[in-house]
Amino acid sequence: MESQVLKVTNFSAHFSGNQVVNNVSMKVAHNKVTALMGPSGCGKTTLLRCINRMHELIPEAGVSGSILLHNKDIYRMNPILVRKKIGMVFQKPNPFPTMSIYDNVIAGYKLNGISLKRDEKNRIVEDSLKKSALWNEVKDRLYKKGSFLSGGQQQRLCIARALAMNPDILLMDEPTSALDPKATSHIEELLTELKNNITILLVTHNIAQAARVSDFTAFMYLGNMVEFGLTEKLFTVPEDKRTEEYLSGKFG
Amino acid sequence: MAISFLDNNEKDSIMLKAAVLKNRLGSETSMREESQPEQIRASFLSDSVFKTALNVSAVFMLLILAGIFVTLVLESIPSIKAAGFSFLTGKTWDPVFREYGTFVFLVGTLVTSFLALIISIPFSLAIALFSGEYFRQGVFSSFLKSAVELLAGIPSVVYGFWALLILVPLVRTFEMKAGIIPYGVGILTASLILAVMIVPYSASIGSDIISLVPSDLKEAALSLGSTRFEMIMKVVFPYARSGICAGILLSLGRAIGETMAVTMVIGNSNLMPENIFSPANTMASIIANEFTEATGDVYVSSLIEVGLVLLLVSLIITVTGRYIINRTSMQQ
Ligand SMILES: Nc1ncnc2c1ncn2[C@@H]1O[C@H](COP(=O)(O)OP(=O)(O)OP(=O)(O)O)[C@@H](O)[C@H]1O
Ligand SMILES: [Mg+2]
Repeated sequence: MESQVLKVTNFSAHFSGNQVVNNVSMKVAHNKVTALMGPSGCGKTTLLRCINRMHELIPEAGVSGSILLHNKDIYRMNPILVRKKIGMVFQKPNPFPTMSIYDNVIAGYKLNGISLKRDEKNRIVEDSLKKSALWNEVKDRLYKKGSFLSGGQQQRLCIARALAMNPDILLMDEPTSALDPKATSHIEELLTELKNNITILLVTHNIAQAARVSDFTAFMYLGNMVEFGLTEKLFTVPEDKRTEEYLSGKFG
Repeated sequence: MAISFLDNNEKDSIMLKAAVLKNRLGSETSMREESQPEQIRASFLSDSVFKTALNVSAVFMLLILAGIFVTLVLESIPSIKAAGFSFLTGKTWDPVFREYGTFVFLVGTLVTSFLALIISIPFSLAIALFSGEYFRQGVFSSFLKSAVELLAGIPSVVYGFWALLILVPLVRTFEMKAGIIPYGVGILTASLILAVMIVPYSASIGSDIISLVPSDLKEAALSLGSTRFEMIMKVVFPYARSGICAGILLSLGRAIGETMAVTMVIGNSNLMPENIFSPANTMASIIANEFTEATGDVYVSSLIEVGLVLLLVSLIITVTGRYIINRTSMQQ
């Protein structure tokens, strides 16, 4: 099997004692798209937020088990460093409304107080916007506010912002659920292109989307990891009864 | 007169808070608007009654405002005729010799208010951040909030007493150590007590504004590996900037009109202040000090004209501030 970027082992997460992720294990392979699907409320977002240590920002939240990034336990690392290495794209596009498109892309550097040379900044902005397939649409208005873009463009701007930090892995939490079908297919195309260079863990509600873009799929139900494997296999010959029912639309 | 400016500022801050609240409750109220068909007629009727009542009271408010302005102008005419433009530029205020120059008081008002503003900003920002961002729930935060609100409710004269008993000796000790004439009373003392009085205003508006910064923006900043401090400096503050400016501006309006506490500790000197330790007078304090003993038409009229100038100054500041706020919120 391919080299793993991320390895989740026997991992649990809770909100003030209420267990929402239950002894979950899975892996995320290098430069592949791994989809995480399951019915609403099964703990997908929670698991994702544990991976870049955003879960612990909620008071009363706690975790157990281990998550290894390149064989290093992220819960033994500085959370700030973890978040720099693990990028995140949120469900709702959230570019910084007070910053220009340009500044949004290099926001990670600005926020961390890293000063870059002018041409280095230019290069990072152009590279990241090209990778997120937004460059052609915004190259003439880089210094306008990012909030004037359409929803789909805003989401690609957020992807560019995460890519600019050159993360080891990109977490995406239902990145297309706030978008129309055209913008959605745009982002899906983008995902298949991106995976040549970056490892992606994609949470999705949408079974068809998981089938279209992912190499591996994990299916979660009520906080448990029901099944995890190659997308082709999971969709054609699911091992678990619940996976089969979910795929045939019986619940979720 | 000073009292009417105060009311205006308080109204402003209440309206700002109402807008903030409305924003927060927006989704809930829109759901509540649906009503039963048979109730529609009745609610329509009470709606129109309510609307008329609102309109009447709005017009009434405007009439009062216009009334105050017209009265001030009319009553100022003798003084305007006597002194003309030198009323504003003259540096000598000496009713015995019929000299009415108010430049010194204009300086006194502006210097004390801005100094108070500068002293108060770090504290109000800190309190606003504390209760709007760091500790939004919890016993200590709600304790702090109610303490701050209580501060806003303390009568001005009580602040004045406290300043006389505590601040004046403190400043005097400092002045003795620093080798300055130890008056104790003066511009600095007045600014300090003013700063204490305006902190609650800017802090509570600031904390409301800061708690309105969308959490998904804050999460976006954190997810990029920023510390909480970096997130506050580069995401929260820029987003809340115009609201924070509004809070600071409203408190400046309050500082300019504040009368009682300032009158008690500013030293009531009609000479041009040499530095921030000098005793001085503000426009509001000269009115409070001399109005009861003013004899002669021109003397009274001059004090009323000071009130008119004070009204215009606070008007200019409010309008400039609104302009700045509008411009910054347009840019976003
Ligand atoms: N801040 C919170 N405090 C307490 N409980 C929470 C919190 N956030 C989520 N939960 C609970 O955790 C469980 C899992 O939520 P989570 O957001 O991970 O689900 P999800 O799989 O992402 O669902 P969806 O597909 O609807 O986004 C839910 O039952 C939810 O009620
Ligand atoms: Mg979710």
